[in-house]
Amino acid sequence: MTAIKTLRSRTVVLPSTNIDTDQIMPARFLTTTTREGLGAHLFADWRYDAAGAPNPDFVLNRPEAKGCQVLVAGRNIGCGSSREHAPWGLVDYGFRAVISTEIADIFRNNSLKNGLLPVIVDGQTHEWLLANPGAEVTIDLESCTLTLPTGTAVKFPIDAFARYCLMNGVDELGYLLSKDAEIRAYEQRRA
Amino acid sequence: MRVSSPKTMFEKVWDRHVVVPETADTPAVLFIDLHLTHEVTSPQAFQLLRERGMKLRRPDLTLATMDHSTPTRTEQVFGGQPISIESAARQVHQLEKNCAEFGVELLGLRHELRGIVHIIGPELGLTQPGRTIVCGDSHTSTHGAFGALAFGIGSTEVGHVLATQCLLQRRPKTLAIEVANALHPGVTAKDLILGIIGQIGVAGGTGHVIEYRGAAIRAMDMEARMTVCNMSIEAGARAGLIAPDETTFAYLKGKARAPRGAAWDEAVARWRELPSDSGARFDRTVNVDAAALEPMITYGTNPGMVVPITAPIPSRSGDAAFDKSLAYMGFTAGEPIRNQPVNVVFLGSCTNGRISDLRAAADVLRGHKVAKGVHLLVVPGSQQVRREAEKEGLDRVFIEAGADWRESGCSMCLGMNGDTVPKGEYCVSTSNRNFEGRQGVGARTLLASPLTAAATAIRGRVTDPRDLING
Ligand code: SF4
Repeated sequence: MTAIKTLRSRTVVLPSTNIDTDQIMPARFLTTTTREGLGAHLFADWRYDAAGAPNPDFVLNRPEAKGCQVLVAGRNIGCGSSREHAPWGLVDYGFRAVISTEIADIFRNNSLKNGLLPVIVDGQTHEWLLANPGAEVTIDLESCTLTLPTGTAVKFPIDAFARYCLMNGVDELGYLLSKDAEIRAYEQRRA
Repeated sequence: MRVSSPKTMFEKVWDRHVVVPETADTPAVLFIDLHLTHEVTSPQAFQLLRERGMKLRRPDLTLATMDHSTPTRTEQVFGGQPISIESAARQVHQLEKNCAEFGVELLGLRHELRGIVHIIGPELGLTQPGRTIVCGDSHTSTHGAFGALAFGIGSTEVGHVLATQCLLQRRPKTLAIEVANALHPGVTAKDLILGIIGQIGVAGGTGHVIEYRGAAIRAMDMEARMTVCNMSIEAGARAGLIAPDETTFAYLKGKARAPRGAAWDEAVARWRELPSDSGARFDRTVNVDAAALEPMITYGTNPGMVVPITAPIPSRSGDAAFDKSLAYMGFTAGEPIRNQPVNVVFLGSCTNGRISDLRAAADVLRGHKVAKGVHLLVVPGSQQVRREAEKEGLDRVFIEAGADWRESGCSMCLGMNGDTVPKGEYCVSTSNRNFEGRQGVGARTLLASPLTAAATAIRGRVTDPRDLING
């Protein structure tokens, strides 16, 4: 996992509420046994028509979306299936952060484990972001702030441990493995 | 002796599984008693073990099956024909290979105990009160019906559990849902949970573990309780819990992997300590009146877009997402949901694919035919459910009515195995998700109970099951 400290990027806006992980990564692409290449199928049913041609109206297909690393989504993104293929697809496509007022639990967890930063903002900031697609924002993990091009900076909450892992590119398994003695003691107590 | 303060059931199970307590800087290390795994969310996790040269820590606490991408046509399961989707076949073989390599018990494609992962755990008696249970699948919440703390995890976390039998977790908040009074005839556990989701919303339980309580819950059998807990995730909650009681113990007694003899008595004594203490505090409480509920059905593209079957499709002026959803469904605000024509009816899934669901649907269908032009697909939740249904002659009822009777699996719940609803068609489904394209590209899903599904199959239109049961 690549470390993130700060991220500066233009945004892509998908205003729909309750964007579920079936939309982010439809089930027919889950038969893969690797993580790679899922970016090609990201939002497949919105992004391509029945013949597989890009749908010109969908935001990700517009020229200005190219290179954007921040996705602004409507309330409650990532609800539904626990498929980690959703954040894998987003990361493979090039996203490094998702901003919304609410982010579903399992998706948020999965995102943190893949270097995709879930940023929860207040309603007012969210509305500004929805109304200003393509805005260049700065996300700073050191200070946990999101800065809009207007200069307004808002704090966002993030779990201290997840933040540490993201900033240092550390994966959580290493930490769990370091608790082996405690795990063994627990197993003996329960046996 | 210190008098401890009253605890919720969640707190009791959580506290018992803490290996390392959480701090401001680090989440808790939580021990997992049972890890269920399947072909779709595990390949990348096994790969992680392989890359790091690690072994599976606790094969004795791990069980694998295949359900999501497996075929339901007998000839593709038991031979004669290959699995039609090549990538699905590869995934099935990958799981066989991974289980052999890492020493995981696998209930494979032709195993007589195979089935949807959330159906077989309880069936085998592995789902027990007080356990922590995880699976790379969000409907792991189903197992909470036994008073187990059970939740879905991502593939990276599947890898963590394979390697350490533990997870890093922050303690969630608790939400009590008190369900007073009794459900009316024709109104089922599915209608109750759809009603609850309609009331609290699809993000209403985010960050919480739900405990379902009250008279209506106590009156339910285990299969109905599983239906309720199953859809906790549709309300945004990772886990749903129901306190174990005599109904729970009677269900588990004698199951293949439940404790026996003296161990059984000890277990039951332990399980009796689990229910929330009186005076235990929940972070939030919601009250629901079971007697006020009617059969429920969804009209939109998330499970919170739900109405009583007698009600019109609502309108929400100025809500673009709502209008987009109705446009996808081809519905107009204000029109009745009842009598909408349907093309497909799906009876199955981890929500409603158990024997009691098949019995309830068969009771409605007996002596009737499926309406002309309607495809009724009946997919039992497990091979055990399938055999039991055949023993009781339910398969005959379905086949004589004109239904398609299949081998077990997730099937049309998510359409990964090729069992899909054709584009633009309407499907009344007993599953749990009506997202855009969930049952196939362009498919339009209406979630309902097995009774409503069966009644709808007979008429070919959305039908209130009470019209057929009483009539
Ligand atoms: S039946 Fe549907 S919801 Fe249940 S585990 Fe299978 S795909 Fe998931």
